[in-house]
Amino acid sequence: MADLSADLGFLRLRNPVLTASGTFGYGLEFAPYLDLNRLGGIVVKGLYYGPREGNPPPRLVETASGLINAIGLQGVGVEHFAADVLPELRKYDTAVFVNVCGADNEEYLRVIDFLEGQDGIAGYELNISCPNVKQNGACPALFPEATRLIVAAARARSRRPLIAKLSPNVTSIVDIARAAEDGGADALSLINTILALAVDLETRRPKLGNIFGGLSGPAVKPIALRMTYQVAKAVHIPVIGMGGIMNGADALEFMVSGARAVQVGTANFVEPGAALRIVEEMAAWCDAHGVARVSDIVGTLQA
Amino acid sequence: MPHDPRARIIRRQSWGDFHLFRFESPALAASAKPGQFVMVRTAEGTDPLLRRPISLHDGGDGWMEIFFRVAGRGTALLAERKEGQTLDLIGPLGGGYQLDGEWSGRKAWLVGGGRGIAPLYFLGRALQVRGARVRVFYGGKTRAEIPLAGKFRDAGFDVACSTDDGSLGYRGFVTALLEKELAAGSPAGLFVCGPDPMMERTARLAQARNIPAQISLEAIMGCGFGACWGCVKRIKRQDGGKWRKICEDGPVFAADEIIWDEA
Repeated sequence: MADLSADLGFLRLRNPVLTASGTFGYGLEFAPYLDLNRLGGIVVKGLYYGPREGNPPPRLVETASGLINAIGLQGVGVEHFAADVLPELRKYDTAVFVNVCGADNEEYLRVIDFLEGQDGIAGYELNISCPNVKQNGACPALFPEATRLIVAAARARSRRPLIAKLSPNVTSIVDIARAAEDGGADALSLINTILALAVDLETRRPKLGNIFGGLSGPAVKPIALRMTYQVAKAVHIPVIGMGGIMNGADALEFMVSGARAVQVGTANFVEPGAALRIVEEMAAWCDAHGVARVSDIVGTLQA
Repeated sequence: MPHDPRARIIRRQSWGDFHLFRFESPALAASAKPGQFVMVRTAEGTDPLLRRPISLHDGGDGWMEIFFRVAGRGTALLAERKEGQTLDLIGPLGGGYQLDGEWSGRKAWLVGGGRGIAPLYFLGRALQVRGARVRVFYGGKTRAEIPLAGKFRDAGFDVACSTDDGSLGYRGFVTALLEKELAAGSPAGLFVCGPDPMMERTARLAQARNIPAQISLEAIMGCGFGACWGCVKRIKRQDGGKWRKICEDGPVFAADEIIWDEA
């Protein structure tokens, strides 16, 4: 059987499959459906310092092979997470990444400061790219300098691995990726959702309470692959690819395009055991194609 | 097993847009409670992408039933499924109706509109077992939207129907029929499932008369098991009003917990 381990430099994962923030709750919700110990890792739902209300419903609309969400990062806050969730997650042998949110730069740092005192966290994914919390999808990841500054500030606060999660809603994803690398990110994850609109023709109103939302699912995969490829060629730090991964072949396409690991997102909603099925399909593909180590295919796209 | 990818359909009935599937699922049948639901995959592939939440309509020895109405492409595809084919479903999900306390000899009134009638059969049977006297108020726009009236009567429930056009039973909204009947006497509990305006009206009627009412809310759901936070409603509890997940904290809520004005 093929070696599925994924080396991120700062951390070696059992396999390249992580679950994407916002699609896997705090992890425990999925324990009835799959063995969390067999995942490469979990990126938990984004955390602000305090509990967060989220956006008014409707928060979801389905589109062709896609899902637009405008949840607005409703969540429990760091204290509740540390007291009630983290102790449960520590019982599992899997890498837990916390997706760190902030209304401003200071809040990102407060979240990190609080979590520094907590065991059982493999690293932070800096969520600088959620399109659903400010008007018109504004977020630090739309601007190279804002990205560099927040990444550098977070870097100075923690020695834990720091992943910057990038937005696709930009003119040049490579410029943002380089800014995050300059700021000291250990890895990049991309893509967050694509800013989108769904219209109810009869009422001529937006279908989402927040008007705009973020598009995910198979519909975005080609865009995510393109950006993964561009970014992986441009930076020296590991890239974690995501966007519409539904099966092992999708995940392997991201790796061929340059991703050293992947995240599975929307698929978790449709099939709560999807992430493990994807791991198994990747192993089967490697075995069928004589690939001894899945890491050997990273960045092998002949282009 | 909470995820059953191959529940075999052993019987199906259709009335226009309305469909009832009976399927084999011993695990579900052993654990499901009235008011719970399943998330059903409507087709292979990625379009439609998400599962659809559908109420459990009845259950027995190793089998369960769902009752649904075609509301869009997903449910239209689901309705094409034939006997002998399988359903891919996750469940039972949600908390269901609260049936604790003494029901023997007491009156339970069930109010359903359109596809919202679905969970009330399973519920009515459970109340019947507890000795309750079950009365069902069943509303629709026309008689074609009330296909299960005979089935409810056959189960021994006292059934009162209403249609907007008067083609069956009382002419007008089911809530108007309920209000008329409430003038003559109150039940020990009201159980409600249907369109939002109907449930809100019923909740207000119940609250004005201090009748405990349990409301089963509907929503578009991403996952159905609490992970996506997509299906929220403003719910008031000791800790104040919060967006709570309909799938996990509900779908059944006490009428006085629901804040209707906000989406």
